Amino acid sequence: MEIGVFSFGDVQRDKKGNLGPTRESVTNMLEAIQLAEKVGLDVFGVGEHHTEYFPASSPATIISAAAALTKKIKLTSAVTVLSTDDPVRVYQQFATADIVSNGRVEIIAGRGSSTESFPLFGYDLKNYDKLYAEKLDLLMQINRSETGRITWDGEFRARLDDVEIVPRPKDPMTIWLATGGNPASTIRAAAMGMPIAYAIIGGRISRFAPLIDLYRQAAKEYNIEGADTRITIATPGYIAEDAKDAKDTFWKAWSWTMSTLGKVRGFAAPTRDHYDAESNHDGALFAGSPEEIAARIIELHKRIGHTRHIFQMDTGQLSHKKFLKAIELLGTKVAPIVREALKNEKQS
Amino acid sequence: MKNKAKIGIIGAGRLGTAVARQSLKAGYEVAITNAHGPESLRLTLSVLLPGAVAMDVPDLIAASDIVILAIPLNQYSTLAPDSLAGKIVIDAMNYWPPTEGDIPEFMIEGVTTSEYLQQYFKGSRLVKTLNHVAYNELEEHSLPPNTPGRRAIALAGDDEDAKKEVEVFINDLGFDPVDLGSLSQGKKFQPDTPLFNARYTADDLR
Repeated sequence: MEIGVFSFGDVQRDKKGNLGPTRESVTNMLEAIQLAEKVGLDVFGVGEHHTEYFPASSPATIISAAAALTKKIKLTSAVTVLSTDDPVRVYQQFATADIVSNGRVEIIAGRGSSTESFPLFGYDLKNYDKLYAEKLDLLMQINRSETGRITWDGEFRARLDDVEIVPRPKDPMTIWLATGGNPASTIRAAAMGMPIAYAIIGGRISRFAPLIDLYRQAAKEYNIEGADTRITIATPGYIAEDAKDAKDTFWKAWSWTMSTLGKVRGFAAPTRDHYDAESNHDGALFAGSPEEIAARIIELHKRIGHTRHIFQMDTGQLSHKKFLKAIELLGTKVAPIVREALKNEKQS
Repeated sequence: MKNKAKIGIIGAGRLGTAVARQSLKAGYEVAITNAHGPESLRLTLSVLLPGAVAMDVPDLIAASDIVILAIPLNQYSTLAPDSLAGKIVIDAMNYWPPTEGDIPEFMIEGVTTSEYLQQYFKGSRLVKTLNHVAYNELEEHSLPPNTPGRRAIALAGDDEDAKKEVEVFINDLGFDPVDLGSLSQGKKFQPDTPLFNARYTADDLR
């Protein structure tokens, strides 16, 4: 069971309460990644977003820098909005970073639940799923190619006729399919032999259990040679020594983000009751003390058998200092409890 | 006692499968369809929705008493204008410019998306509902009738008989139906309204 963190590059508030400079989020994230490695976390994810409060628009660049600053920790996008990018360029950038890292770089490829990259890069949201299907197919073909020479034809990108795509890492990268719970996406991952990453931002986690059954059943039926059936769960989460402090602190951060998202997408701001219900037991929000969060990860693992759990902690201008402390607690307190509890399990 | 309406769901994404699951739990016969043909749904049905039947769109419409539209709104024109004539149709869709882009016909001042669809789907008996509740909450907040604090789901439509049948269905799904009036009143629970994705009881909504 791998445990880690993912971030969209949360911008800080300045002393006047205004949003601070976006550049600060880049250096803060590099500091966070190095700490995550130091405290023994398994993975750090950088999620592509294009806003003044989540400015991590270029995950491959941050990951490449982090690759040079670290030695052990796995580095992944979380996610790459593949629908609005060129799979050739995505491959080249992540492959380069993977070589810098000596084989620690991964990609989580998403359709894009935040869709600000569509107008930014000139793509039509009407083609939302077609764009993703086609680009994922090309990215996987490039990654799995033994020669690095690609012949490919599709609707949304210039054809490739025996073209070299370089550089080539020693081994293909792990590329995950990201989904927010659409059953067809779960089947697509299994049909392509890809590991799957479920992003669960609210509600009860247990509603994903049937989808995971669907993933395993589909993987069995498609029976793809060399299929990778690992499962990542990505949720909001935050840890402080004191459970109440953790829940209160994260409420402020999380509710800011949900209210802001709500204004863009037209839904009502969440209430504290809603938050309290979802930050316990079967809820999707993992804010609490180290012991509490460890227990919830273990319980979830026993139920669904996920192989990796990553947490988005820095959201809604959570102070960088608190973010670093939460990373430290996740690595030094939560992860050891989880590892101890699951040590007799067969590693998948 | 009257037999339960036969439910047909167009769209097998998160909302479509959630509505299907709740309908099955409530003892309804459920048919479901997507853009890729019934065979593409075989696994989804066997694992997620045992008891539901996959059909192609024309068969599903013919077989159903209530047809539920649960596809992204920008795909509505994949269904022919006359395909839903005479049917009770639940419009569970929303227009979200940030996730669907600019769609001129849904940007007409003073015309709700459901009113536009009522014109487009000639002769359909359209009821706007199920659109303002998050898909997972259809399962998580479902409660038996008369439970204190039971959550309400708003509906709006111009066909009174159609609304009556939809109210029975909403109640069976585990929510108090609240009729907010003619289809134009759908403007009260579209995105960007206080009711959208908020939890209210029937008394709050009335």
